[in-house]
Amino acid sequence: MENLKNIFNENPKSSLEKVLDIISTMASKPSGFIGLAILIFHIILAITSPWFAPYDYKAINPSLMLNAPSSEFWFGTDSLGRDVFTRTILGGRTALTITFFGSIIALLWGGLLGIFCGLVGGRIDDVVMRIVDAFLSIPWILAMLLIVSLLGTTTEVLIPALGFFYGKGIVRVARAATHDVIAKDFIVSAKARGHSNISIIWNEILPNVRDAILVEGAMRWSWMLLGFSSLSFLGFGVSPPTPDWGLMISNARGLMSFAWWAVIAPIVGLSSLIIGINLTADAFAKALGIDRSTKAPV
Amino acid sequence: MFFLIFKRFILGLVTLFIVSLITFIGVEILPGDACTSYLEREAFGEALAACIKRLGLDIPAHERYISWAYNVIQGDFGYSLSGQMQINEVLGPRIKNSLVLASAAIIIGIPLALILGIITALWRDKMPDIIISTVAIFSMTIPEFISATLLILIVAIWLEWLPGIVIVPTDVTFFELLPNIILPVIAIAMIMTAHMARMVRSSVIQVMASDYIQMAILKGVPYWKMVFKHVLPNALLPAINVVALTIAWLLGGVVVTEVVFNYPGLGRLVIESISNRDLPVVQALGIILASIYVSINFIADLLTLMLNPRLKTLQTRK
Amino acid sequence: MNTNIQEIKDLSIGFKSQKGKQISILRNITTNIRKGETVGIVGESGSGKSTLALAMMGYIKHGLFTTGGECLFKSQDLLSLNNKELEDIRGRKIAMIPQNAGQALTPNLKIGYQIEEALKLHTDFSKAKREQKISELLNQVRLPSPSIMALRYPHELSGGQQQRVAVAMALAGNPELLLLDEPTTGLDVTTQAHVLELLKDLAKDTGTSMVYVSHDLGAIAQVCDRVIVMYSGEIVLEGPVRKILKEPIHPYTYGLLKSIPKLSLSGLPDSMPGSQPQPGNIGSGCSFYDRCNFSSDECKFKVPELEYLSEIDTSVRCFNHSELISKTSEQKITNELKKEIIIDEILDLKDVSISYAKQGIIDQFLNKVTDTNPTVKDINININKGETIALVGESGSGKSTILKSIAGLLKTKDGYIKFNKEKLLSGDLKKRNSDDLRSIQLIFQNPDESLNPNHTVEQILSQPLKLYFGLTGNKLKSSIAELLKKVRLGAFYMSRYPRQLSGGEKQRIAVARAFAARPDIILCDEVTSALDVSVQAAVLDLLQKLKEELGTTYVFVSHDLAVVKAISDRVAVLYQGRLCEIGPSKDVYQFPSHPYTEVLIGAVLEPDPDIRPKLVAEDIVEEKPPEIGCSFQGRCPRILGDKCRNETPPWQFGDNGNAIRCHIDIEELKIQQS
Ligand SMILES: Nc1ncnc2c1ncn2[C@@H]1O[C@H](COP(=O)(O)OP(=O)(O)OP(=O)(O)O)[C@@H](O)[C@H]1O
Ligand code: SF4
Ligand code: SF4
Ligand SMILES: [Mg+2]
Repeated sequence: MENLKNIFNENPKSSLEKVLDIISTMASKPSGFIGLAILIFHIILAITSPWFAPYDYKAINPSLMLNAPSSEFWFGTDSLGRDVFTRTILGGRTALTITFFGSIIALLWGGLLGIFCGLVGGRIDDVVMRIVDAFLSIPWILAMLLIVSLLGTTTEVLIPALGFFYGKGIVRVARAATHDVIAKDFIVSAKARGHSNISIIWNEILPNVRDAILVEGAMRWSWMLLGFSSLSFLGFGVSPPTPDWGLMISNARGLMSFAWWAVIAPIVGLSSLIIGINLTADAFAKALGIDRSTKAPV
Repeated sequence: MFFLIFKRFILGLVTLFIVSLITFIGVEILPGDACTSYLEREAFGEALAACIKRLGLDIPAHERYISWAYNVIQGDFGYSLSGQMQINEVLGPRIKNSLVLASAAIIIGIPLALILGIITALWRDKMPDIIISTVAIFSMTIPEFISATLLILIVAIWLEWLPGIVIVPTDVTFFELLPNIILPVIAIAMIMTAHMARMVRSSVIQVMASDYIQMAILKGVPYWKMVFKHVLPNALLPAINVVALTIAWLLGGVVVTEVVFNYPGLGRLVIESISNRDLPVVQALGIILASIYVSINFIADLLTLMLNPRLKTLQTRK
Repeated sequence: MNTNIQEIKDLSIGFKSQKGKQISILRNITTNIRKGETVGIVGESGSGKSTLALAMMGYIKHGLFTTGGECLFKSQDLLSLNNKELEDIRGRKIAMIPQNAGQALTPNLKIGYQIEEALKLHTDFSKAKREQKISELLNQVRLPSPSIMALRYPHELSGGQQQRVAVAMALAGNPELLLLDEPTTGLDVTTQAHVLELLKDLAKDTGTSMVYVSHDLGAIAQVCDRVIVMYSGEIVLEGPVRKILKEPIHPYTYGLLKSIPKLSLSGLPDSMPGSQPQPGNIGSGCSFYDRCNFSSDECKFKVPELEYLSEIDTSVRCFNHSELISKTSEQKITNELKKEIIIDEILDLKDVSISYAKQGIIDQFLNKVTDTNPTVKDINININKGETIALVGESGSGKSTILKSIAGLLKTKDGYIKFNKEKLLSGDLKKRNSDDLRSIQLIFQNPDESLNPNHTVEQILSQPLKLYFGLTGNKLKSSIAELLKKVRLGAFYMSRYPRQLSGGEKQRIAVARAFAARPDIILCDEVTSALDVSVQAAVLDLLQKLKEELGTTYVFVSHDLAVVKAISDRVAVLYQGRLCEIGPSKDVYQFPSHPYTEVLIGAVLEPDPDIRPKLVAEDIVEEKPPEIGCSFQGRCPRILGDKCRNETPPWQFGDNGNAIRCHIDIEELKIQQS
């Protein structure tokens, strides 16, 4: 049916129109629409929140410790008397930024290495894939914790480290996609014409593996966010007093039997963002005709 | 077929070998060595020299690797820095506890995932599917530490049904442990079940669309017989490997969950040893967790090989 | 008494498009299947044949729904039954034999189990009786050693054997009506002829009614009593097989029959313009209007009704059918090609052998030759400038392998390939210079695979133009437009993606891309096999015209002997990677010929119920060529014994220019064959 739609579609589309097309397909299903809406809401919130945050996120005030939600402090205050609402609306910024750039790095190195392996095949491919497999078998959390504890929790450490550890899964996907494509006759045809390898990769292979890799990147983003918040939660992510949901949950957890608000607000923030990204990635995959539910989250 | 199994086995060993190299080299190239990281500000003079001597940091790296690897093969991971005890002794009870937790989650999770996956596939796009799939998306995407925290808040604090935090010594008996593990098991099983159910669903749907299922229908095979004889064996086979990968991936989630519940397993040891900068223990943990991953995948390969008629008959023909 | 086993009344089936529009794929189908008769349903891909056949079992595919009408099996409407009731009918009263048995047998269940399952469901035999019946059924479909077969898994059988198992399974329930959806498509010619023979015998022996769905009029002609012709979801013609195939009174059928290449004719068949409209894209008048040579004004706005002409027992959907009554499909040789061969060698394949076997590391190191029995061996062919030489043979005969090595995609193991008399072509693509690469171009079987789905037609065609001639800007654009014109497509196609083109249009783009390089030689690998017959004729015609205009040489690979006869000047027959016969095509198709050529020609199905195939050899599948002796020894009906098994046969030359590789004396062959 997809085909039929395209047959009636006479005019060629510019890239912008294509992107808009994909977005409108994504938004045409309720789950995709909700996902996109949540994601856009979070992005806007992250960009604009510093301007309308009602209080100073790091102002400690012992006299205001653990106040229940009120008209003054909408979400109450935490154990140091800081406004939970302020900290909640600011709490996604670091995570969003770090994981966004982290995914781009993951996408770049994972995609390129995967395509390379798919192309050269043979021994080099075998060796690289063995190493990637070995990295896959070390739990990400152990490796990340080790790196962060030895190198520190700065952005300059976190972005490349996350990018590296979440890119190895992309290597596999990109390699498999490349393998599928290079067996096709249009590649054989280009080879027989005598095009250079670079031109074959650029013109024939990239456009055909692009979708699979992009979808993979979108998925990585949501997993990376999950991983990053787990690090924060364990105390190895953002350093205090910067507000961050993972860290806020971890701090407020011990007192939640009498100050549940301090833990619920960041939970809602983080869960909604992760669900938003996930639904969006799902809808994105569907719009490009890729089924992502068959894949393991490695 | 024997050859294939053997090959997989060797590949698994190669992977482990590379893992040991990676962990070893990783620790080498990161700034500081085991002793300076561990001792931090006290890393000078006699304490440092004693530590270096004890860990053999004064001999060249490759020799150190060889002797370390040699000991590991014999099951000896050396000494922990903080506890001043044999790593094996530290690990033993922790492994047992984590194993209890993980196996409970797997024993509950796999059958549940199968049932839910099959139901959602057979009632695709109908009410049962829509409801289960929506719930699955939620439980799959929300991080373990959030679901665990919420579980504690609701079940332990508000309802007061179960203990929220595990406060037991490392070496408790199984029955003392039991009431304590219910919540952690739920937290882990939830996310795992959701992942696997989704994969089973799409695999079943794919098989349902195949020519041979259409043929079975046209042959007049009753619906449930078709599902059990024609659909499931073919749908579950490719799912095995993906399920294995998912289980292995969730090892990371187990770490976080153990911390939330203060559960005395491997996961908490990970955090403890890293906070203490006890690098020998970290290395040992890397190898052990990787071996678990490799074994799970090896078992999945074995199962696939045994169940796939295409591979089963290879040897009878040749 | 009702003589109809199935009656279909005004059946329409459709689906909802993404925009919610209802699009119909079957419109007002009304027809009857009589007891004991075999009815053929023909039509191009997408005409709705399979949908109709499935509806006859009360089965509607996921995503489709009926919009009216009924399907009566013995006066019971199948479309109104629930699943339970249908289970009782399916397999027991009506059984289906699927197109691709390889995919239609459940992979994890043994053959025996799958047949027994059908027996269990539809008979009340005891276990012992069932086992005996399984053997009987497997015997009936002529499978060797049934007891061993029953224990095999589907993937352990060859394509022909799988198809037979599917037949056995369908017969298990002793059905009154058998539906066959393209049961022989995808099988080799000889296997296909054997399966058809089997089906015909079964129909005779059991008296079962059959519905035979196929796009191949040759197969229909062999087995059917009556034929239904479908075109874009409608029945356009229905009647007795002889009437339909010899005096078709519908313009579509008339044109279709003329577009089929036949062994009894030489020269290219007439082609039919255009292609079948997509569902949802059908105009307000007759659906064939755009392609019709007999149309009148009325046709454009009014849909013709299916009209029954009792004197010839035929139904036809056409306003102007009376114009065709006087015409018959007898074809005159209108497009006879001049096929003189001028010796002017452009390509010389000398003792070429090609092996897919990978050398182990150690053997590579020792430079040891490990493969003594390569896939392709001892190929000697010289090709003249401007001729079309065809390579024919069944699947696995190494046709594409040879093409690939000419193109430089595969290294030859032994021998060499010489271009333009003096130049040795390197087996390594990277070592060939740009001009050599340009001179030899490839066209592939399946345009879906050979055109990059993410490129527009413009991008596709600009690749060779940029690479070889460095064209850019307006020059590039105008060259592309010119190329499109050459393959009879408008310049507006430039901005289209392959998915927006029909199969025939895609293949034209592939042809244009090859010609863009201004090559001397074009290697055509099964270029028409993926196309519908009516489109195939047009592509063949295009290739021929371009060749006459530009003097290009074609190396044309095909498994279809009739197509090869139509287009080629010379033919080389291959079996298991070894040459059997080579010569001018008009001679190869005459006797004496090599025993394998004889088998191949005998198995060709002509769209004429009065020409029957001659089945001389068994349709066994060989996995590897024999190490010594004649390559065809395993299946040769004329085998001489040890001589053929141990000695490589010599080349012998016939009077009319063909060369045959056989131990039997050529004069002797002539006597035996005539
Ligand atoms: N599930 C579906 N949803 C939408 N369209 C469909 C569906 N199944 C088939 N079609 C369309 O219905 C038309 C008829 O399909 P059908 O399979 O009956 O054709 P056919 O004559 O058997 O073709 P072929 O020779 O390729 O087997 C085609 O245009 C096809 O694209
Ligand atoms: S009705 Fe008209 S357009 Fe249609 S087939 Fe007949 S003559 Fe041609
Ligand atoms: S050489 Fe012998 S086996 Fe070969 S084709 Fe001639 S008769 Fe048959
Ligand atoms: Mg069909």
